[in-house]
Amino acid sequence: MRLTLWGTRGSLAAAGPETVRYGGNTSCVEVRSVDGSVLILDAGTGMRRLGGTLRGEDRRVDILLTHLHMDHIQGLGFFAPFFEPERNVQLWGPPSTTQALRERLTRYLSPPLFPVRLRELPCRLALHDVPLEVFEIGPFRVSAALVCHPGPTVGYRITADGATLAYLPDHEPALGLGWVPAAPDWISGFSLAAGADMLIHDAQYSAAEYVDHVGWGHSALTHTLAFATTAGVRRLVTFHHDPGHDDDTLTRLLDEAGGSAAFPFQIVPGTEGLSMDLGDRRDLGAPPVVVVR
Amino acid sequence: MAQKAVELILMRQLASYLAMPIFLVDPEGNLLYYNEPAERLLGRRYDETGEMPRAEWSTVFTPTAEDGSPIPPEEVPLSIALLKWHAAHRALAIRGLDGVTRRIAVTAFPLEGQGGRRLGAVAIFWEERPS
Repeated sequence: MRLTLWGTRGSLAAAGPETVRYGGNTSCVEVRSVDGSVLILDAGTGMRRLGGTLRGEDRRVDILLTHLHMDHIQGLGFFAPFFEPERNVQLWGPPSTTQALRERLTRYLSPPLFPVRLRELPCRLALHDVPLEVFEIGPFRVSAALVCHPGPTVGYRITADGATLAYLPDHEPALGLGWVPAAPDWISGFSLAAGADMLIHDAQYSAAEYVDHVGWGHSALTHTLAFATTAGVRRLVTFHHDPGHDDDTLTRLLDEAGGSAAFPFQIVPGTEGLSMDLGDRRDLGAPPVVVVR
Repeated sequence: MAQKAVELILMRQLASYLAMPIFLVDPEGNLLYYNEPAERLLGRRYDETGEMPRAEWSTVFTPTAEDGSPIPPEEVPLSIALLKWHAAHRALAIRGLDGVTRRIAVTAFPLEGQGGRRLGAVAIFWEERPS
């Protein structure tokens, strides 16, 4: 299983010379299995460039949305496969108690917010409420579960080719805990992340910034490290960077956090354009304690 | 270890911040959590009791009606909330694990999550004090 980060920024795209190192596009991750099957995690602005690489393939594409905040859906309108007749696109999103996924997405994909209506897209599009249980998409075994973030929001656990990826881009497991040690079964997202070969996780704030953002649905980097430690993951990708953090700030925060203790996992700063092979668990060996740039 | 539903996690976190006594059970009625204000009424710290099967907590506090007659386990408000899936309220007396009998009113309601999932129930205790 190979993944590529097409957008790692949170809340709002942040293009500019001060964000070229880690990138300015919002959440979008491409996951490819060995047989070439494609899953796309979230549809932030990073989705536009990803769509360009998929143009002309006749392969089915499955898009898994964690939730419908704008920074996770804004790329939908610019996703090239949507405009290819006969392209099979399956769009999965969190269930709501009040409205179907189509109705909720139509609030963005319709005038006046967007000139093209969802129903006018020429591809063969199907929408699904994501099951809150284990289900399969081709070679991918997917678990979805609600996690702590405002509004219906899920995280995903995806297993294929002998490796497991956990994806929790918007997540505040520390809410109410203040990160006192808690029994794992009382930690939001724990089941999704437990023992994963790679965890992609919200790390929006510094510890000092978090104090003023409790309940906003995001994590301090220190909380992310504590969560990854409790979950026993092998690699952590920090994600959903605050749009106000320039490259130097992000580097400093990651260096400070990574150097604060010997973590039993590898810390990988979420960097736009980074492509990683999860490989087979047997090939990974002992996880080194380093920050990869 | 299986993780609790996020709604239960959030309910516990909310309860841990509130000053009113709150008791949280799973769909089978097993005790998951009670907060610090409830500890005073129940006579023991949650850290000492931990999670507890329904059969145990529903009798250990010996709930009795105002006339002193025992209340069957299925007639306490939490059981009604779970079994009939609606809110319930009644006044009763319980004997805490510290041996003290207290008169309380209990309001219980079921917790239903996304997709109609039955997650458990919550009871809020109101201690009746002489005016």
